Amino acid sequence: MRHARFRFVLVALAALALVLPWGAETPAQSKGTIKIATQSPLSGGQAALGEGIKLGTQLAVDKLKGPLEKMGFKVELVPFDDQAKPDVGVANAANIIADKDILLVVGHLNSGVAIPSSEKYKESQLAMISPANTNPTVTDRNYLNVSRVCGRDDVQGSVGADFAKSKNYKSAYVIHDKTTYGQGVAEFFKADAEKKGIKVLGFEGTEEKSNFDPILTPIKAKNPDVIYFGGIYDQAAPFFKQAREKGIKAAFMGPDGMDSSDLTKIAGTAVKGMFYTSVAGPVSVYPAAKDFAKEYKDKFKKDPEPFAAQAYDAAAIGMKAIEVAAKAAGGKVPSREQVSVAVRKTKHTGLTGAVEFDDKGDPKKALYFVLQVASEDPAKWGENKEVKRLSIAAPPLKKS
Amino acid sequence: MDLELLIGIFPQVLLDGLILGFMYALIALGYTMVYGVLEFINFAHSEIFVVGAFVGVEILLTFKALGWIDLISPFLILLIVLLLGMLASGLLAVTVERIAYRPLRGAPRLIPLISAIGVSFFLQDAVRLFESIWRNAFNLVYPTMETLNFRFTITETIDVSVKSLVVIVASLLMLWGLHVLVNRTKIGKAIRAVAEDQATASLMGINVNRMISLTFLIGGAMGGAAGVLFGVQYSLINPYTGFIPGLKAFTAAVLGGIGNIPGAMLGGLVLGLLEAFAASYLSLLTGGAFGAEYKDIFAFSILILILIFRPKGLLGEVVRERA
Repeated sequence: MRHARFRFVLVALAALALVLPWGAETPAQSKGTIKIATQSPLSGGQAALGEGIKLGTQLAVDKLKGPLEKMGFKVELVPFDDQAKPDVGVANAANIIADKDILLVVGHLNSGVAIPSSEKYKESQLAMISPANTNPTVTDRNYLNVSRVCGRDDVQGSVGADFAKSKNYKSAYVIHDKTTYGQGVAEFFKADAEKKGIKVLGFEGTEEKSNFDPILTPIKAKNPDVIYFGGIYDQAAPFFKQAREKGIKAAFMGPDGMDSSDLTKIAGTAVKGMFYTSVAGPVSVYPAAKDFAKEYKDKFKKDPEPFAAQAYDAAAIGMKAIEVAAKAAGGKVPSREQVSVAVRKTKHTGLTGAVEFDDKGDPKKALYFVLQVASEDPAKWGENKEVKRLSIAAPPLKKS
Repeated sequence: MDLELLIGIFPQVLLDGLILGFMYALIALGYTMVYGVLEFINFAHSEIFVVGAFVGVEILLTFKALGWIDLISPFLILLIVLLLGMLASGLLAVTVERIAYRPLRGAPRLIPLISAIGVSFFLQDAVRLFESIWRNAFNLVYPTMETLNFRFTITETIDVSVKSLVVIVASLLMLWGLHVLVNRTKIGKAIRAVAEDQATASLMGINVNRMISLTFLIGGAMGGAAGVLFGVQYSLINPYTGFIPGLKAFTAAVLGGIGNIPGAMLGGLVLGLLEAFAASYLSLLTGGAFGAEYKDIFAFSILILILIFRPKGLLGEVVRERA
């Protein structure tokens, strides 16, 4: 028995030895491998959005790797699952910087994960381009290697408050999820709403995922005109559902964390007609993204989630920068720092518009949307109505 | 401070707390009954609870797909779902005991505890795997049944939904049924005998293994019922939903005096009420300085205080050291 097994192992090893050099020989003329990593939640309650980031990047790599391959590089995508958890994101980041072939990270979904993870990337000046992180701190640290293609929460919060004012809401109740992102945008909304004369009746943070009864009871008694939820759909949806079931009649509002078809899948009619602000409009509002949406659907058999197009753009900018850096480095694989420098200089007209970075990594002008949920049917999420569109310059870095 | 508001919401908070409390009580029974007979904490019980919730949602979604949900009375549907959820959870608990605990019966007490934690992880990810393959979903939503969402308005700020009443009535019935079973029937007597002293009980002709299986069946069924009611009341479940309610219910069991059945019910109610009052009133009373997020700190501080003065729990009796 034992002998037979030993022999089997030998044969298997011999077979491997035959196969391996063949596999390695094909790209013999290759000047090296360039890997592009994604980090986003691929499992858990926010996987829908996280997967969109991965697939958007994948589409970009598949479509745009031509120039790099012509230069003799092999281009690969390596997706990581940060599970929307800071500790997992940082652990992945350590693995990412250890892999010398990785020259670009497209990610994350959650600001609370992106901020600590990018501290790791900074150790080796590895470029991170974020498709979705809106917390001001992401770029306000003024790191060379951290850029984003989307807007910021301080602006998004005040866009929300502006809109609430224009709807003539007199009083608001603000709930947040106690994350960097959710609490951040909720505080900006609250501050700006108060400045505009909307009375904020309560400001409450909660990590609860299922039982919102005890929070809703005081809200019902105070009867606000609007409830603003600073957080993400997997928590906001049951909150809104239970609020309506409890007979609360206030209008609902939220930031771009609401932007997923799962919101209606969970909350159904409760969220029909609610408003949310976003830094990423539905794919339908970007004329340049029409082909992208079609290709995405053909390839992955589903509609692109929000941020998929942003991830595509982020990957496109990154690959363009890698190409420029590689040319400058004499056709060799560039260093991470060279890529980071090149990213900042890249001007790119992508699916979601023209992107040009300021010196801290924000897009010089970003688009902000106010959208309205059109239907309780999750399949019709793409039909959400654009109520308002603004192009606002990123605020300059505050000197402290 | 707005006194009118504070008093105005009081009955509603009381109701919220009662619903939560009954839910905790039903789950806590599973912990306390197992502790009563085996003196170990079945940490996999929170997953038994979740499996009940998932069986419930699967049946409801199937009914919905078949179009039965509008044809049959919602109360009948709920009864079917409740019974099947209880059956599934009960059988699962028995299986877990047979596979993961019985072979370790003679081992030191920490060993089955570790085994229970392992089972808990296994079940969480088994549910997650199954649902991601079967429905490609992480969060599942209980279908809405209009009749159950109907609300009786009592005053401007207070109303009661049909499903809250269903949760309370169903919990009361089950708690009463369990009370009768344990205290008035021969089977109950046998379970109590096994809890008292396994060796002597077996000398008196009681099949100890069967009684232990029965304990797991009953405790698991209560947990499954709690799972279904949890889903009906709060509507969103995912494979990890069980962790926090499980932890709270375990606390409730300790608060009431672990091993003591009426204690688990009382402990569940006390904890549910504390939590609801803390969540609703903290920010009102402190002017927003302490918000609802401090509800657990507040509730657990009170628990610690109670346990300092009553270390055996509210209804706990001093457990005799075994010779």
